[in-house]
Amino acid sequence: MPAAAARADQVGENLVDVVMVVNEKTERLRIDPRVTLLDALRERLELTGTKKGCDHGQCGACTVHVDGKPALSCLTLAAAATGRRVTTVEGLARGERLHPVQQAFIDCDAFQCGFCTPGQIMSAVALVADGGATSDDAIRERMSGNICRCGAYPHIVDAVKAANGRRAG
Amino acid sequence: MRPFTFAQATTVNEAVAGGDAGSAYLAGGTTLVDLMKLEVLAPGRVVDINRLPLRGVQLDRSGLRIGALERMATVATDRRVVGEYPAVAQALLASASPQIRTMASIGGNLLQRTRCGYFRDTATPCNRREPGSGCPAIEGENRTHAVLGTSDQCVATHPSDLAVALVAFDAHIEVTGRDGSRSVPLADLYRLPGATPQVETELRPGELITGVTLPRVAAARRSAYLKVRDRRSYEFALASAAVGVHLRGGVIEQVRVAVGGVATRPWRLPAVERALIGRPLREDVVTAAAAHASDGARPLAHNRFKVALIRRTVVRALLSLGE
Repeated sequence: MPAAAARADQVGENLVDVVMVVNEKTERLRIDPRVTLLDALRERLELTGTKKGCDHGQCGACTVHVDGKPALSCLTLAAAATGRRVTTVEGLARGERLHPVQQAFIDCDAFQCGFCTPGQIMSAVALVADGGATSDDAIRERMSGNICRCGAYPHIVDAVKAANGRRAG
Repeated sequence: MRPFTFAQATTVNEAVAGGDAGSAYLAGGTTLVDLMKLEVLAPGRVVDINRLPLRGVQLDRSGLRIGALERMATVATDRRVVGEYPAVAQALLASASPQIRTMASIGGNLLQRTRCGYFRDTATPCNRREPGSGCPAIEGENRTHAVLGTSDQCVATHPSDLAVALVAFDAHIEVTGRDGSRSVPLADLYRLPGATPQVETELRPGELITGVTLPRVAAARRSAYLKVRDRRSYEFALASAAVGVHLRGGVIEQVRVAVGGVATRPWRLPAVERALIGRPLREDVVTAAAAHASDGARPLAHNRFKVALIRRTVVRALLSLGE
């Protein structure tokens, strides 16, 4: 790959080349290996839907899917994501048509300030897709890695149930 | 984060050839990247091992083998693990958050570092992080700290749930280094802090965990993991117990008991096990045996409650096996 084709950092040390598929588009980056997947998405690829909360894997605001599974982008080195398929909240809708989980969050009023919502939605999408939303307790456990400081938890459980019902029905 | 060079290994030999005291292996990254951001760890070289062929769960007559790079979430729901070693599956499901379980590897889980707030904060002294600098936890905030296996240098709790369940059922780890491969009882991997809390395990520099093996143990089939914590999910244990029994003719023929959240390493309780052998699984028997669970406990100012909590956690876990 010619260096010119990559979005290259002007500064940094020990640069590495990263190729990953983000929201079905191949992205090439030349970056310092200290760059996390979260910072690569937000600062290099301008996908700012994924949020930086604690930056230490404790809040879940940065949740994306890596190879289809929920992962914390703040604890993932972008260099280690090379060859992987990444989906962010921007990759869920089909044109103007929201993903059923996004629509359910709106219908159920499942957010207040909205900062944690992209991470909540990414966890909820994975949960509904793998059929794990079998009870309120199961939903709470599977959503426990996403903290909501506004306390929208009851409506988030409702939204997961609603999206799960649409999937089943 | 301090600068480092990044490499990806594709074979175990390639990985260990470059491994030394200044490098770190990257699997799920949930401990390593976190501690590198805090500058608690600052390896000069990071070797990504995720492409190594260290996956798979196998069950045969001799027992279970788990590849070190299998993810916690995969092993937690593996039918064979759930069926033959329920305590192991339950310990994994009680760990961390769904995202972390999806990312974190089995080998990495066993090598995760303590959650002691002083260890994680480079602005404070810590004998584990900076030998000889002191331990603020002994006189400071120590509600979550250990009461068993402590020293006057370190009272940090070992955080892994999985390790407690594995130690209960006599797991071994397979490790490979530049000098070849060896099998180590997991219970012997972890060192007591003593006068050298900075040396946490018996691993040599550059050695890599490649797999975990569990022997066939009759008590493993009827086993459970109970975790007591401040929240229902996504929280480390205040006290936990991995227990298993095999009953014959109404009495306990084989039993395994280990506790977590209360000790500086995963803590097997042979005195409790001895007090249960040959007796029925009954509340009075279990309560009497569990009195030994806190033998040797040295509570601190804020964690005295753990002395009683260990015993009660062991009682509740054992009685759950009779249901």
